Amino acid sequence: MSIPQAPPGATDADEEAAQGRVYTVSGEDWDEFVAANEAGDDFAGGEQLVLNMGPQHPSTHGVLRLILTLDGETVDEVRASIGYLHTGIEKNMEFRTWTQGVTFCTRMDYLMPFFNEATYCFGVERLLGIEDRIPERAQIIRVMLMEFNRISSHLQGIGPMGMELGATTIFLQGLRLRERILDLYELITGLRMNHAYIRPGGISQDLPPGALDKIREFLGNAPRLVRDLRALIDANPVFIGRTKGVAYLDLAGCMALGITGPMLRSTGLPWDLRKSQPYCGYETYDFDVPVTDTCDAYGRYIVRMDEIDESLKIIKQCVDRLAERGPGGPDVDPVMIRDAKIGWPAQLSLGPDGLGPSPEHIAHIMGGSMEALIHHFKIITEGFRVPAGQTYVPIESARGELGAHVVSDGGTRPFRVHFRDPSFNNLQSLAALCEGGQVADVIPAIASIDPVMGGVDR
Amino acid sequence: MTAGPEETHGSEAPQGPAPGESSGKLPAKLGEERLEAPVVRSGMFGVSTTGDTSGYGRLRVHQAPLLDTPRPYGGYFDTIADSLGMADAIEHVVVSHGEMTLYVKRDRLLEVAAKLRDDPALRFELCTGVSGVHYPDDTERELHAVYHLASITYNRRVRLEVCTPDSDRHIPSLVSVYPACNWHERETWDFFGIVFDGHPALTRIQMPDDWKGHPQRKDYPLGGIPVEYRGATIPPPDERRHYE
Amino acid sequence: MGLEEKLPSGLLLTSVEKAAGWARARSVWPATFGLACCAMELMMTGGPKHDLARFGMERASNTPRQADLMIVAGRVSQKMAPVLRQIYDQMSDPKWVISMGVCASSGGMFNNYAIVQGVDHIVPVDIYLPGCPPRPEMLLDSILKLHDKIMNMKLGKNRQRQITELEAARLAMPPLHTMDLSAAGGES
Repeated sequence: MSIPQAPPGATDADEEAAQGRVYTVSGEDWDEFVAANEAGDDFAGGEQLVLNMGPQHPSTHGVLRLILTLDGETVDEVRASIGYLHTGIEKNMEFRTWTQGVTFCTRMDYLMPFFNEATYCFGVERLLGIEDRIPERAQIIRVMLMEFNRISSHLQGIGPMGMELGATTIFLQGLRLRERILDLYELITGLRMNHAYIRPGGISQDLPPGALDKIREFLGNAPRLVRDLRALIDANPVFIGRTKGVAYLDLAGCMALGITGPMLRSTGLPWDLRKSQPYCGYETYDFDVPVTDTCDAYGRYIVRMDEIDESLKIIKQCVDRLAERGPGGPDVDPVMIRDAKIGWPAQLSLGPDGLGPSPEHIAHIMGGSMEALIHHFKIITEGFRVPAGQTYVPIESARGELGAHVVSDGGTRPFRVHFRDPSFNNLQSLAALCEGGQVADVIPAIASIDPVMGGVDR
Repeated sequence: MTAGPEETHGSEAPQGPAPGESSGKLPAKLGEERLEAPVVRSGMFGVSTTGDTSGYGRLRVHQAPLLDTPRPYGGYFDTIADSLGMADAIEHVVVSHGEMTLYVKRDRLLEVAAKLRDDPALRFELCTGVSGVHYPDDTERELHAVYHLASITYNRRVRLEVCTPDSDRHIPSLVSVYPACNWHERETWDFFGIVFDGHPALTRIQMPDDWKGHPQRKDYPLGGIPVEYRGATIPPPDERRHYE
Repeated sequence: MGLEEKLPSGLLLTSVEKAAGWARARSVWPATFGLACCAMELMMTGGPKHDLARFGMERASNTPRQADLMIVAGRVSQKMAPVLRQIYDQMSDPKWVISMGVCASSGGMFNNYAIVQGVDHIVPVDIYLPGCPPRPEMLLDSILKLHDKIMNMKLGKNRQRQITELEAARLAMPPLHTMDLSAAGGES
């Protein structure tokens, strides 16, 4: 580097200050300045700026920290720093019974709680060997809720995506539809989020009376609302301009990085675990796997919107099946496996002090059957025992392949549960998506991965 | 603690090793060897003093032996085993619950993984992740790293499991074969202390960078605090009474 | 702070307090501090069904420098704690904190190594809002209670006295597990 010279006319103070570059304020020297900057040899021919998009940021979909090395507007390097939401859920589950584990894993990826619960319960059920004895009604309701969750998760991905691109209307429209789905969750499971509804052996309670009508009402309104949302976004030139060609990752890249879900389906490969390795009765439903082949953020958005339409189809089929089966009831059409050693014993109902075992159940165990009382006591205090072994049951969640690696040592508590979360895996691709692009394209890139930091950090 | 699931073929007398599988650990007489195995759990309900009136206080559960699943495995598992070959790299094979686990020797892991990925008959393109498990009772094989592989071409799944002793926690990194393992291996290092040799940047990923210890190991406490309620203080979950 | 801090106690100060409290409560700008599941409910509170805009709070300030209210929504991990404190320090007075959800209030269901057992270990909290996650209506209720608190916040010398009184009251509270429960019939 040449010795910096103070420009002629500078004072002694200016000369002493000339340890680095010296810039005059007389102006009209911008071209010289840029040329000198580019010719200088601090890093790669220009000045690089290391920018921290810190964990608290409106556009990073949660507490994600990005360390961007910028050369002007071009991103040279992007490193993602995660762990700001690490909760120790997997370790916590080792100290609770198998059923209590559901309440923990449901809070992992908080936008798709049913999927977390489902993959964990499938793993436990496989170890128990009761996969084919789960009541049909429970399976149908599980599928229905998972598809609802897919819709609400996609909406919560697309809504903030719009907001981050500067369009708050997209956010509010997406939330408008999502609120209706949350109302349905509250009707069926009792909670808007983090339901702990899907449990090993079935589900916690049956649909309340009138639920099917409410769901039919929703299905009547939803296509119109989805159409409104799509009319707002699909052909929007600003949206297209910001997402077409942005965050490109082709099939080879996806395979190398283990990417699944809408990101993989935007490369043209129709890989969907609901079709290729079906679970929970998915092989009996009629739906398509939407695919685009543009490999960019826009393609992923289209895949997500098309998946919402397919999910509505599946929900309609579930509702029809449930209507055919009739109102159900614990003896007629149970929703929990009829195995006294495993199935949660109590039919839950709403009493004056909240949700709890129904009065009929209490009368039965206290007055009717000693064995029922013993089973009730043992299952609730101790929990059921799961035979030793390990299993991994992946499901197609809203973000990709979500799998729980469940290891049991024969006891009443999990020995180890590890969740292979799709957001954790897919977020690795951020460097491949963003490097070489502009810094403003980092935002749609993250939004197209649609990470949820609860799942990433667990 | 058993290092893997029990075989699905019940308690029939195990035959000698079939061609293509290594089985140095098959016991001659199941029952006797079991008695010599270390005790992993004693008593029930967490009570061991005279307060125990259940009668289970003298129960001693021994460590289950490492068992191989005898051939044929069923389904596409035989195709995988045959196409892979490499009998000397596989310690043993367990097929249970419809899933196949190959226990791979850790110094041969890269070869096995490369073959699984590249061989046209195998084509396991996707590695969905690394999961660590800590078995404190499995002496000399305490830390397991479990890799789940998926083949999109053939719609198959297989699991690789690599064991490493606590005294020498090194496993070769699979990042050169499956770049997807990058963050997963960092996470396994962070939580278990398994060093993946050859990883480009093995640093903590979930815990703060200056954290001491590896939290998901069994000898690391849960770290909770006692909680005050009106009229009682409840100890943290790992210190409460529990029923095993 | 401003001129109002230097006013002597008296009728003028109380009038200014009322006016300032009224104005401050009507346009609190929240700092976006959504961390986990509670953040989703926070966003739904800003959505069309439960509208946060009617309280003047839809303009969430992404920079803490312009924010008044930090709603800590979600579990605070050990790694996130210094960040939280840094954001809180960057907010200028007067500032308030609502710890939304049980994880922020007390560590919630995650009583373990990774989660700070209550964000009041790090920042002073004005309103604790339980729930896992709290419904949007519960969050709105807590915001209204905060508005109440803001409206009644005193200035200048009165504020000093208010702080001393509140602190003395809290220090005089007995710990929970030694509370006398003979009325409720429990153990003490």
